[in-house]
Amino acid sequence: MLSKGLKRKREEEEEKESLAVDALWLDPGHAAVAQAPPTAASSSLFDLSVIKLHHSLQQSEPDLRHLVLVVNTLRRIQASMAPAAALPPVPSPPAAPSMADNLLASSDAALSASMASLLEDLSHIEGLSQAPQPLADEGPPGRSIGGVAPSLGALDLLGPATGCLLDDGLEGLFEDIDTSMYDNELWAPASEGLKPGPEDGPGKEEAPELDEAELDYLMDVLVGTQALERPPGPGR
Amino acid sequence: MKCFSRYLPYIFRPPNTILSSSCHTEANVLPSGLLPSGQNKLGPWCSPTGSPAPLSCETGCGEGSWILVCRLLVPTQVSLLSMEEDIDTRKINNSFLRDHSYATEADIISTVEFNHTGELLATGDKGGRVVIFQREQESKNQIHRRGEYNVYSTFQSHEPEFDYLKSLEIEEKINKIRWLPQQNAAYFLLSTNDKTVKLWKVSERDKRPEGYNLKDEEGRLRDPATITTLRVPVLRPMDLMVEATPRRVFANAHTYHINSISVNSDYETYMSADDLRINLWNFEITNQSFNIVDIKPANMEELTEVITAAEFHPHHCNTFVYSSSKGTIRLCDMRASALCDRHTKFFEEPEDPSNRSFFSEIISSISDVKFSHSGRYIMTRDYLTVKVWDLNMENRPIETYQVHDYLRSKLCSLYENDCIFDKFECVWNGSDSVIMTGSYNNFFRMFDRNTKRDVTLEASRENSKPRAILKPRKVCVGGKRRKDEISVDSLDFSKKILHTAWHPSENIIAVAATNNLYIFQDKVN
Repeated sequence: MLSKGLKRKREEEEEKESLAVDALWLDPGHAAVAQAPPTAASSSLFDLSVIKLHHSLQQSEPDLRHLVLVVNTLRRIQASMAPAAALPPVPSPPAAPSMADNLLASSDAALSASMASLLEDLSHIEGLSQAPQPLADEGPPGRSIGGVAPSLGALDLLGPATGCLLDDGLEGLFEDIDTSMYDNELWAPASEGLKPGPEDGPGKEEAPELDEAELDYLMDVLVGTQALERPPGPGR
Repeated sequence: MKCFSRYLPYIFRPPNTILSSSCHTEANVLPSGLLPSGQNKLGPWCSPTGSPAPLSCETGCGEGSWILVCRLLVPTQVSLLSMEEDIDTRKINNSFLRDHSYATEADIISTVEFNHTGELLATGDKGGRVVIFQREQESKNQIHRRGEYNVYSTFQSHEPEFDYLKSLEIEEKINKIRWLPQQNAAYFLLSTNDKTVKLWKVSERDKRPEGYNLKDEEGRLRDPATITTLRVPVLRPMDLMVEATPRRVFANAHTYHINSISVNSDYETYMSADDLRINLWNFEITNQSFNIVDIKPANMEELTEVITAAEFHPHHCNTFVYSSSKGTIRLCDMRASALCDRHTKFFEEPEDPSNRSFFSEIISSISDVKFSHSGRYIMTRDYLTVKVWDLNMENRPIETYQVHDYLRSKLCSLYENDCIFDKFECVWNGSDSVIMTGSYNNFFRMFDRNTKRDVTLEASRENSKPRAILKPRKVCVGGKRRKDEISVDSLDFSKKILHTAWHPSENIIAVAATNNLYIFQDKVN
């Protein structure tokens, strides 16, 4: 019997967020809210959906209906958040299928595929440029980032049935992702980083630095333990 | 018109199959009273003639009142029974069931189904067991006991399995039970878990042969040299024994989880549906099935929709419907092509723009689809509503009933605790005038299609004494709560009524609430 009740960290935070969202939904003025949802509400819904998706994939034989519904809901949220986050339009359409791509590649695909795609998807939401995307697109996602190939390969070998071994690592992963999503100051200069801004000195310097920083960040997160040694910060 | 299903056996029949020369569609042409010679009154190709027996109470749900007939518990294992000798044994129905609060997860009822006469009621549970209840026979002495159901047979239908190839555990939970119409003294039913469908034969034995020549009374073989006379064994009466034997096992045909099975009106074939495919089986052939619907995309990355339920038309053996997670229903005709990927009819209601939200798709996902007994309508259940569709109108349902619209503002919380994914079933009454479905807090709802009245009732131990009249319930949405009302926030979302069944001809309903089975009856009965 597969249990659904996996205890999650940050449960109280989730409750608070969902209560807040409930209050928003209850407001009759928000009936047609799909058009202009508050960003905070959608991003917490997004987080929730990502967690659900992850939990669903963690099961050895995920419930396909549950999976498909959650993925489709994620797509909707992502689509509504896309204009707010000023994403470059090009990756946006392929982003949605590519997220589901790797997630649904097969139920028994290695978790590495889902992790890489989750991260890829999150990087889109954060408004990061396309630098990570070509990397992710090269060949099978599990092997795209060279330095991390060994560890992901190990995950491949472990297979889907050994979710318990990956629990801690993945929990840690989510911790990293979540905090950096809100703390990461790359949010602010996102518009700067995307603009070509040749005359803007700091902007110019930051643009390549942005790429490098985000690459570093991704590498850190994927490798896992190494991320703790390098604190994420503005002055790299 | 000839029924095409007669040709199916040509596809995979064994060499000695004898094909009937008649068909149920032809049977209707015969003048009443004239039956083809050599056939039973209800021959293998004939669907039951005539309409269902007139309802004993035609007043529908609004005027009548419902009383609790009995509350049944699926029998637990022997060890649990012996432990509870001291516990209050309220024997409601003279069976060996015990009242206990040690409900194990294996006892949770996962499906309920009356047979075609309503004499038998089958339940399946998460532990893979099937329990069949039989209606108490009418007797002049105990008129008040009529309508009660007692345990008739219990058997372990499915066991937990392990798929070694994929390292997956296959749950033994019974997803669906469907009865076959009775053709002789034995009863037949189909039961399925996620992967395997089984045909069970349930038969009574009340005589046993005695006086064998080669065996003595204990069954030991005799030395033939000691036998000097021969005798003919005679059948002597014995205590009634009900035995269930698996007659067919239909396995290894589904990659994904089976959600529905449906017996065709020809009684020779049936279909099983999983998330992406529907297979057609012949009852006699277990090593082959015919794939009739396949919505699996070539690239699984493009998967956006799954099959959620499927059912054959009650009279037309070439027609079936299946519903999807996107809230659509497709009607297919098997005569059109071998693989019914292109539907004949497509039922979908346009989305209401004022109700759009992130959860629109999830709440539109259809959890159950049922043809009316007449075959003219289909009923679908999605998260918040029940809809009745006319087969001749595809662009919108003809009736929509709100089951628990007060949940619309709670969708986010229900998404978080996964309740939004609950799959409620729905049922028609025998005359297609009333529909019933379940809700939370052990509530279930009935809608009278003619009077447009609806009622909410509760299946709970605290509020129901045997033969007590059920009091209608009301959920208070906002503002002042009246005395008997329950506020939305007090609803218990862990108590959900997913499975209900309605007697085919009488106003008797069976409601499953976790491990309890409630039988209610119209008071007029």
